[in-house]
Amino acid sequence: MSIAALCSDRVLLNDWHVVADLANLSSATAFQTRLLGVDLTIRSHGRYDKQIIREDSGEVVNSTKRYGFLWACLGKPERDIVFVPEAEEGDRYLVTGGSIAVKVSGLRMVENFLDMGHFPFVHTGWLGEEPHTEVAPYKVELTAADELVATECQFYQPVASPTAREGFIVDYVYKVIRPYTVALYKSNPAQKGRLDVITLFVQPVDEENCVAHPFLTYLKEGIDEAGIRSFMQLIFAQDKPILENQVPRRLPLDPRAETPIRADAVAVLYRRWLRDKSVTYGAIPARM
Amino acid sequence: MLDTAKTRWHPVAATYDLPFRHVFHAQLLGREFAVWRADDGYVNVWENRCLHRGVRLSIGINDGRELKCQYHGWRYSNRTAGCTYIPAHPADAPARTITNRTFAAVERYGLIWSAEEPQGEVPELPGLAEGELLTLRGIPVNAPADVVAARLEGYRFQPNGRTDGSDAKVSVEASNEFSVALRAVDGEASTLAVFFVQPVDSNRSVIRGVLDGKVEGAVRLAVLHHHNDLLSKLRDIAEHEAQAQPVPAPLEPVIDRVSPELAEMPEETKHGRKATIRVEVARKWQAADGIAGFELRPIKGLLPTFQPGAHIDVHLPNGLIRQYSITNGPGESDSYIIGVKLERDSKGGSTCLHETVRQGDVLAISEPRNNFPLRRDAMKTIFVAGGIGITPLLAMAQALSNQSLNFELHYFAQNEAQLAFPEKTACLGTSLKPHLGLSPEQTGARLREILSGYRSDAHLYLCGPGPMLEAARHVAAEAGWPETAVHFEYFKNTNVIDDSSSFEVALARSCVTLKVPAGRTILDVMREAGIDMPSSCEQGACGTCLATVIEGEPDHQDVYLNDAERKSGTKIMTCVSRAKSARLVLDL
Repeated sequence: MSIAALCSDRVLLNDWHVVADLANLSSATAFQTRLLGVDLTIRSHGRYDKQIIREDSGEVVNSTKRYGFLWACLGKPERDIVFVPEAEEGDRYLVTGGSIAVKVSGLRMVENFLDMGHFPFVHTGWLGEEPHTEVAPYKVELTAADELVATECQFYQPVASPTAREGFIVDYVYKVIRPYTVALYKSNPAQKGRLDVITLFVQPVDEENCVAHPFLTYLKEGIDEAGIRSFMQLIFAQDKPILENQVPRRLPLDPRAETPIRADAVAVLYRRWLRDKSVTYGAIPARM
Repeated sequence: MLDTAKTRWHPVAATYDLPFRHVFHAQLLGREFAVWRADDGYVNVWENRCLHRGVRLSIGINDGRELKCQYHGWRYSNRTAGCTYIPAHPADAPARTITNRTFAAVERYGLIWSAEEPQGEVPELPGLAEGELLTLRGIPVNAPADVVAARLEGYRFQPNGRTDGSDAKVSVEASNEFSVALRAVDGEASTLAVFFVQPVDSNRSVIRGVLDGKVEGAVRLAVLHHHNDLLSKLRDIAEHEAQAQPVPAPLEPVIDRVSPELAEMPEETKHGRKATIRVEVARKWQAADGIAGFELRPIKGLLPTFQPGAHIDVHLPNGLIRQYSITNGPGESDSYIIGVKLERDSKGGSTCLHETVRQGDVLAISEPRNNFPLRRDAMKTIFVAGGIGITPLLAMAQALSNQSLNFELHYFAQNEAQLAFPEKTACLGTSLKPHLGLSPEQTGARLREILSGYRSDAHLYLCGPGPMLEAARHVAAEAGWPETAVHFEYFKNTNVIDDSSSFEVALARSCVTLKVPAGRTILDVMREAGIDMPSSCEQGACGTCLATVIEGEPDHQDVYLNDAERKSGTKIMTCVSRAKSARLVLDL
């Protein structure tokens, strides 16, 4: 299987994907990237006007800007970009967390984002710490909007956020919105009733490569944008070497490819949800 | 054409690739291996992939006894590659069947040899004497192994001690597709060099050279330089040759699927009271005053993976079956070590082991079962052992000690001579706290000291004689320890069993209803109806025959369940407990 195999999943071709953080684009030089195995060049005409061109055919690709990112759709857009309601709230920072390229399928990246069990081992001293390793039972469901939601997730975290001063048990809600888009809601340390939100837009570069584009909508109280961004980059830099050592790089959808435990309930459902949606790009399909 | 037979032995690493507590990333015919040496010297060659999420184990941590995955901290045992601990579920014992794929490993000529499905023996070479060899640095080459081996036939070198010269006569003594033996002779000096070519992938190899004769100091350095220069030149030529050919497709080894039962969320494994393993008493010794130690080695193959707290059934020559805890520390997987106290009122079990069973005898044992699992997510763990109750707690203490977790092991005994396994407890340092010669009253007072000041992230494990356990549980409850933090294991059930009731048992999943008359147990009646139910002690102490109650009121007569579990009425030990209601519905 060639890495640059083209995508035939309609649900992905006709969806919007982030291809660049606007802050990373220069008006002077073109920017090269790849989406679903297709090489793209992003050209700037003046400061604001961006154009995305397919390298193979020279065609102009559908594009738009939102949340500080440049988005592309290779096919015919069937639905709008994921709506992030918290981005409308005035007392939040809207921060792009830096685009992190990872040599693994974007589906593995999403699954890692849904996983609490690795906190004490991969994010030692920040999102978890031995011996606080238990993943308590949580609820997972498929909503009427065809999203996967995991609620009542709790985990002990020594430094849960850039402003946390001491360890505490953090409440999480996870939501898988689209195959390559996942969001995390966690209790804000200052305003316990409100949630900080990280939406992760994963760019499927090809089947075995992705770029993670985190979009953070954090309450402004007691925090600055640089702090949010550097915390996010620290966390993703800890994940990257682990993810790049996953074998195989694509996500296996065969239930017998790997060994789930109860803590993986959301991952088990995610894989099943991908199977039901016939998402194959970045996955190893289940044997029939 | 490259021979990709899985049956052929190949070197996959050199002995020098396995320094203390390192994990080496090896590859053979496209398949990756995690190769590591445990502190006991055993070399493990494993599939380079954690069964959970596929992360390479070569980036894992070798703690000398176990390999720990970097991603979720799963621990795999030396030798068996069985998973011994899953940190996300600290209260559960992992299913014994979670076992990574292992491959053969033989250490010879300073190299580690392996194969997927080896046939025959590792090549034996006359002229190469173990211990009198120089193993050269592995030279990686981007070329197929057969191309490299063909080039090696024309390799010209100087014998050891004559590396300044240039006119040695070199002859090919033997060769095949993956190895070449050459002899260089220059006057009196003669050196045999054998080169093994490890096929890493279809277009990648490693040349592993071994020279006969031991050389030291400056001569050794000169020999190493000599071959390094010559092999580097050979590499350039072989790579040049390979570049002229079309690049072969990389080999794609098939990764085994896990078993269907592992693919789903774990359920309890089912097994009866079976003794499937044959062991030899490799050693019998006096582990303390009145306590015999037994080291049990498998007759063939490997022993199953065990977790701290696990016990085995030992089937004795006189027909009795007895349960003994495994005392081994993590990774000590080549034998099980048990301690047996000679009971004054022995019904024949301990007497038989003390007096009849000798070194060299063969015994039948069950697979290890763990109904006394150890959590490892506590900030502090307190173990309280009375006498021979040390055995499960010793395994647990060694596991925590190995992970540098905080614990105290309080060991109550009559005198110093009764402290068992001093060679094991000595490794626990100041965490071991013996309490000697105390009366029951003094023991109670000491327990109150130990158990005062309960903190919310502490756990307590108790094992010892019944009266002491009762006292300790009572003291713990008074000191504010919740039942969920107090874990205990009784040696035996001293309750007088009242089996006079008769009632009906409905098995919800099997859709059968059975009558349990007075004098018979639920377990008996179920077995007779062909329902396979695991059991071990069959007296209500070990926890193996636990069943879930859906409906009806159990009449608890065991010592395994704690008070909260008893009150909840949702669990029952089918070997001794009965029903107060006319009907009991079990989830079986």
